[in-house]
Amino acid sequence: MAKLESKVPSGPLADKWRKHKAEIKLVNPANKRKYDIIVVGAGLAGSSAAATLAELGYKVKSFVFHDSPRRAHSIAAQGGINAAKNYQNDGDSVHRLFYDTLKGGDYRSREANVHRLAEVSVNIIDQCAAQGVPFAREYGGLLANRSFGGAQVSRTFYARGQTGQQLLLGAYSALSRMVGAGAVELHTNSEMLDLVLVDGHAKGIIVRDLITGEIQRHAADAVILATGGYGNVFNLSTYARGSNASAIWRAYKRGACLANPCYTQIHPTCIPVSGDYQSKLTLMSESLRNDGRIWVPKKKEDRLKEPGAIAEVDRDYYLERMYPAFGNLCPRDIASRAAKRVCDEGRGVGETGLGVYLDFADAIRRLGENGVRERYGNLFDIYREITAESAYQVPMRIYPAVHYTMGGLWVDYNLMSNIPGLFVLGEANFSDHGANRLGASALMQGLADGYFVIPYTIGDYLASHKPGSRPSPDAPEFMAAEAGVRALNARLLANKTGVPVDHFHKRLGKIMWEHCGMARNAASLRKALQEIPKLREEFWATVKVPGSGATLNQSLERAGRVADFIELGELLCLDALTREESCGGHFREEHQFPDGECKRDDENFAFVSAWEFQGEGKAPLLNKEPLNYEFVKMSVRNYK
Amino acid sequence: MVADNSSTPLSVTLRVWRQAGPDQPGKFVDYPAKDLSPHMSFLEMLDVVNDELTTKGEEPIAFAHDCREGICGTCSCTINGKPHGPGRGVATCQVYMRSFRDGDVIVVEPFQAQPFPVIKDLVTDRSAFDKIMQAGGFITVRAGSAPDANSIPVPKEDADLAMDAAACIGCGACVAACKNASAMLFVAAKVSQLGLFPQGQPERDKRVLAMVGTMDSLGFGNCTNQYECSAACPKTISHDFIARMNRDYLAASFRHAFKPASASTGGAG
Repeated sequence: MAKLESKVPSGPLADKWRKHKAEIKLVNPANKRKYDIIVVGAGLAGSSAAATLAELGYKVKSFVFHDSPRRAHSIAAQGGINAAKNYQNDGDSVHRLFYDTLKGGDYRSREANVHRLAEVSVNIIDQCAAQGVPFAREYGGLLANRSFGGAQVSRTFYARGQTGQQLLLGAYSALSRMVGAGAVELHTNSEMLDLVLVDGHAKGIIVRDLITGEIQRHAADAVILATGGYGNVFNLSTYARGSNASAIWRAYKRGACLANPCYTQIHPTCIPVSGDYQSKLTLMSESLRNDGRIWVPKKKEDRLKEPGAIAEVDRDYYLERMYPAFGNLCPRDIASRAAKRVCDEGRGVGETGLGVYLDFADAIRRLGENGVRERYGNLFDIYREITAESAYQVPMRIYPAVHYTMGGLWVDYNLMSNIPGLFVLGEANFSDHGANRLGASALMQGLADGYFVIPYTIGDYLASHKPGSRPSPDAPEFMAAEAGVRALNARLLANKTGVPVDHFHKRLGKIMWEHCGMARNAASLRKALQEIPKLREEFWATVKVPGSGATLNQSLERAGRVADFIELGELLCLDALTREESCGGHFREEHQFPDGECKRDDENFAFVSAWEFQGEGKAPLLNKEPLNYEFVKMSVRNYK
Repeated sequence: MVADNSSTPLSVTLRVWRQAGPDQPGKFVDYPAKDLSPHMSFLEMLDVVNDELTTKGEEPIAFAHDCREGICGTCSCTINGKPHGPGRGVATCQVYMRSFRDGDVIVVEPFQAQPFPVIKDLVTDRSAFDKIMQAGGFITVRAGSAPDANSIPVPKEDADLAMDAAACIGCGACVAACKNASAMLFVAAKVSQLGLFPQGQPERDKRVLAMVGTMDSLGFGNCTNQYECSAACPKTISHDFIARMNRDYLAASFRHAFKPASASTGGAG
């Protein structure tokens, strides 16, 4: 049984972080250079952590499977980043951002973590503006804001439709500066394939150089995973093709608890699937819901008509009808389920019937085509490239798609997992978004963790370990882990004939989407739990990985990742089956109100499910961390 | 413009550069790709071809890709002689088969430039861009020490122009398109972005000198004003930024030569 101590400091909510910072142990400046820290992943969380820890004087080794840290998938975030600056004078505050985020997460996140996130949000904007991030500005030269779902204030900072890109490039610049200064050792094209524990502490990783195939052992005093989410378990998603869960999954197999894997976010506004060959889904930013209106025909028989031929009275602007207070800007989980519902009723548009309109006709009348172009031009361009349609002339067709995973490795208030010395940042951890993440909160969390939390909390761990006490990479634990990685790769390369990896990924994705997607029920989840082990068996018996492990071998990389996704998918379904309630992105059909809204069960399920690996072929163990709400009363979310 | 939305399948022949490793000889190999949906992306077409190769027991074509939405800068082929292929302002991952005609022969090569050596097939090593960034592509700001963001107003026009430059995805198409393999557009974009902000002024001279110096030392060529870089750029970054960088570089060189420097700059406190 894992020991799950949240280590939330005592005292009033608003003082916890300040008090904690004042009380935790420090490492003196001359000693910092004697500690090596491994950072895996170079997205917002990983790059900002690596740069900041190096600035503090630690020796940092940064590992990224991409050919450059700038390629990490944070780069693709479009809409914006929240911060409680209240520059708009519209009533925002740290408390409001905290409350919106907690409520948006359907009361399944840890109160104190969320409050800290809201507190440091203001520092993030300062940091990024100072780095030269080209945020949108007003004519007076001050920063501009826009609105995002789940909030009634304008607190989202943005850089056109490329906010993630600009924030990542800011963090990448900071990281590059430290690489140039010799304070960070950068390992690109390097994929972590195992975590090494010595005496129960995380002390290193096993890495494969993706270009030469060389397997390497790296030791350190602490290991940070900032490797992103596991949404590609669904195969089709808005994630990059390379996004994978192998680092967190292999840490799970070494004893790190995986928390709330069933909390997955389905984003309401993505370009619908067009064919079987499809490799990814493209997001149309939530910011479009500021000006676009979502509708479907009122009558089924109108669904294949040209949208322009459907009279205003025959259209159902269903979000505005169902949620008049928030309208088109209700949270993502709610907007996605509403889209599914109208499509299930047979009113979905497009050939497949799995689509709804996102219409800018009103906005174009109000702002002019150029006004709309200035706000969303690049998104309209992306839409045209993919669909060959102009959204200035016809409404966009959109449908929900997998976009983010709120679950992840369990961490305490210090962002340390239940394995001492293993820290987890950004989307890879579970802590801040509960059962649903609000728009523009992922960038906030990644940078909060990297710039403003880990630099303080890692010292608390390191201070109790003597400098120079880290093991040698030739220690037996490292040799054993390396041998394990070699054996796994050899097994993947063993089949002489068979089926390409992609086929298994597609089949897994279909099982997951069908049985564990936007709506889940016990019978369906049980079916998935029968099908996935079969798929796993078939994978190992018939997967064909051509080539050798001694060169660049993209099939081998994918095979290892898909093998992990198959196992993670099974745990995800088990978690979904065990959680007998609906909350946020986890919707169990058995648990809903008559109007179709989520029915939470706070009495029995106000806890974090932290799953612990018990060995191959054995059922994982469920640990529960109770969610004690000291300051906010859990209530039914209401966006009406 | 509402483009052709026809769904008639097409078949093409791919003529692909195959090279087993950095020091191996390479050659073009033809592969048929049949009955493709015009809505398929170019990279999805390569996925299909690779699946067929794998099933036949051959090694699939190695190609760089990741986000598949034109923002990460990983994808990098030259298609029919043009970096990122047909279309303006798109990356390879945003090229769709509707851009080709039934029966076409499509020539696919890696980006070709001496500072970007081939790793395998269509994959090249573009780490030289990271090295240029490490030399000076930043504003030094220690986490936690920044003033309130609104305490430094930036004129909207400057911020917008900086964003135009900052849109660079670091793919290297500008280098591949240039007969001199010049990285001037890439470097100019970063130099201009940071130089347009008040925050970027203290290191402005040092930055341009260091970045240009590193660029030269890595074997990138000079700009001879053909502007193929901007034409190939998936983000259509303007070559005007190169002129801007040249002015910065000249001014910085001049100041650097005559500027009195404190003997204790960089010394211990």
